[in-house]
Amino acid sequence: MNQKKAMLIDITQCIGCNACQDGCKVENKLATGEEKRLSPTAYTALSEHDGVFVRHMCQHCEVPTCVSVCPVAAFTKTAEGPVLYDANKCIGCRYCMQACPFRAPRYEWASTKPRVQKCIFCAPRLAKGLQPACAEACPTGATKFGIRSELLEEAAGRIEAEPDKYVARIYGSDTVGGTSILYITHVPFEKLGFDTRLDKFPMPLLTNNAMSKIPNVVTVGSVLLAGIWWITNRRAEVQQYEASQKQNGHSQNEDK
Amino acid sequence: MKPYPIFRITVWKVIAILLIGAGVVSAIARFRLGLGATTHLNDLFPWGLWIGFDFLGIGLAAAGFTIVAAVNLFHAHEYEPIVRPAILTAFIGYLLVVLVLVIDLGRPENFWHPLVMWNPHSVMFEITWCVILYTTVLSLEFAPIVLEKFNMHAPIKMIHNVSLPFMIVGVLLSTLHQSSFGSLYLIVPTRLHALWYTPLLPVLFFISCIASGISMVIVETLILSRNGRVLLSPVLMANLAKMSAVALAIYLVVRIQDLLSRGAWHEMRTLSYHSLAFWAEILIGFVVPFILLMFERVRFSRRGLYLSALLVLAGFAANRMNTAITGMETWPSQTYFPSLMEILITTGIAAIGFTAFTLIARYLPIFAPTNATSTHS
Repeated sequence: MNQKKAMLIDITQCIGCNACQDGCKVENKLATGEEKRLSPTAYTALSEHDGVFVRHMCQHCEVPTCVSVCPVAAFTKTAEGPVLYDANKCIGCRYCMQACPFRAPRYEWASTKPRVQKCIFCAPRLAKGLQPACAEACPTGATKFGIRSELLEEAAGRIEAEPDKYVARIYGSDTVGGTSILYITHVPFEKLGFDTRLDKFPMPLLTNNAMSKIPNVVTVGSVLLAGIWWITNRRAEVQQYEASQKQNGHSQNEDK
Repeated sequence: MKPYPIFRITVWKVIAILLIGAGVVSAIARFRLGLGATTHLNDLFPWGLWIGFDFLGIGLAAAGFTIVAAVNLFHAHEYEPIVRPAILTAFIGYLLVVLVLVIDLGRPENFWHPLVMWNPHSVMFEITWCVILYTTVLSLEFAPIVLEKFNMHAPIKMIHNVSLPFMIVGVLLSTLHQSSFGSLYLIVPTRLHALWYTPLLPVLFFISCIASGISMVIVETLILSRNGRVLLSPVLMANLAKMSAVALAIYLVVRIQDLLSRGAWHEMRTLSYHSLAFWAEILIGFVVPFILLMFERVRFSRRGLYLSALLVLAGFAANRMNTAITGMETWPSQTYFPSLMEILITTGIAAIGFTAFTLIARYLPIFAPTNATSTHS
C-alpha cells in the first residue's frame, strides 16, 4: 500500500480542456471558475505555449525543499508521496514560497489569517485507494496516476517507442532528487517554461552543507574565544603587576 | 544636565513624531487589512523591504558583538568607553528586528511556534533561535546600565560573575546568525542572480557584518563625541578605521576571487540592471572607502572618518538589499517595489530606534561605567 505513488503527465496528449482543474476544485472545495495561474484557489493550472499545454502544480519532491526550510515543520512528506501542510503550525514566514524550486506554494494574501495553499496530491483519496481527482477527470489520459517506479518505466517505454516524437528526457525522474510528478513532451522543456537549470541533487543539501558546520563553529569558536581571553587576560595581569612593581620601586626610591 | 529638562520642540523631534505616528497607523492597517492590501508582496515576490530591513538592522547591530569581543574577550580595554553605546545599539537593533519580523509574519500570533515546533534542518529555525538567545544575552549585557541607574549593585555583581561565558556565547550566536542570513539564500541557486549567489554567502555575510559593525561604532562615536565629550582618542578612532579597512580588504579579496572562480566575470562585464547595481555596491561601498581609509589624513580627520564609515554602511546596505531584492528580480514578471505602507512602517520603526537611543543615552549611564561594572576580570 505504501509504495511511492506518482503521476505521469504526457504533454503530447493534453488538449487543454481544463478538466483537471475543474475536478480538483470540486474535490478540494475551492472557489470555482477557470484560473490560468496557480493561486490559493487553484492547486493546478494550465499554461499554454503555442498550442501546447503544461500542467503546473506542486511536484511533491522526494526530498522537498519546503519541508527542509520551514522553521516550524509545518510541511511533511508522506510515505506514499504527498507533501502536506499544516496551517495550524504555520507562522507565515513564507520561506517555503521563497525557496520552492517550482514556485508551487501560493499565499492567501487577502486574508488576515493567511494559509499557504498548494496541491495536496489528493492525500485523503489516496488513503482510500482512489486516484487523485485530476487524474480521474482527465479525458485523454494525459495525466496518469500509478506507482512511481512503474510510471517511470512506462514513460521510458513511450519515449523508446517513438524516439522521433518525444524529447529524450523524463522531467522529474531525477530533477532536484526526483519528484512525484513526471513529465514527457515533444517540445523541448526549456521552451515550455520548465526550469532546466535545476540540478539533480536535492536543494536541501545546499543549506544542510552550511548547517552541518554549526557544531564545529560552536566548539572551535568557544575554545578559541576562551583561549584568546585567557592569553590576553594573563598579559593584562602581567602588565598590571609590572606597573605596580615599578611604582613600588619608585616610591621606595622616594622614601630613601 | 538638569534632571527634568523642559520639553523643547525641535525639527528632529517633529520628524521623529511624524514618522512614528505614520508607522503606527500603517501597522494598524497592516494587521486589520492583511498583507495583500497593504504591501506589494506577492506569490512571486514573497519577501521584500522588511526582510531587507532585518538584514540591515542585524548587520548594524554587529557593532555590539565586535566591540564586546574586542574589549571584554581580547582585552582591548582602551575601547571601554564605547562598549555601552555599542551594546545599546545592538539591543535596540535586535528588538526592532524582532518587531519588524512580527509585522512581516503572516500569522504573527504564532510567532512563538519555533520555540516548541522544531525543524533543525531549517536555516530560519536556526536564525530564530539565535536571535532569541542573543537578544537575551544582550539584555543581560544591557541590564547593568539600568541597574546602575537605580543603584542596585547586588544584581550587577551577579551578572558580572557569569558574564564571561555569556559574552562568549553572545559572540558565537552572532557569528552563527550573521552568517546564516546569507545561508538563507543558499537554497535559491537558480533564482538569486549569479552576481550575489555563491556557496560562500554565509562567509561573505559574516565578513561584511564586521566591517559594518565597526563602521557603525565609528559613526556612533563621532555622533556622541560632541559638545566637548571625547569618547576615544584620535589614535583609537584611526585604529578602528584600520580594522574596518582590513575587513573590507578581506571581503573584497574573497568576493572577487569567488566571482572569478565561479565564472561570473561575464555578468560583471555586461551592462545590465544587475551589473549596475553590483558595481555601485562594490565601488561605492567597498572599494572607495577602502582606498580612503588607506590615507592617514582620512583616518585622523573627523570628516574623513564620517565619510568613509558612512560609505561602508551604504555599501553594506546595498549588498543586503541587492541580495534580498535586486538579485531576486531575475525571472520574467518578477519585480518589486515596496508599497507606501511598507515604507512608512519601516521608517517609523527606524525612528523608534533613533528616539529610543537618544532617550536612553540621555537618562541612563551609558557613558561612565563605574568600577562596580567595569569588566576587568
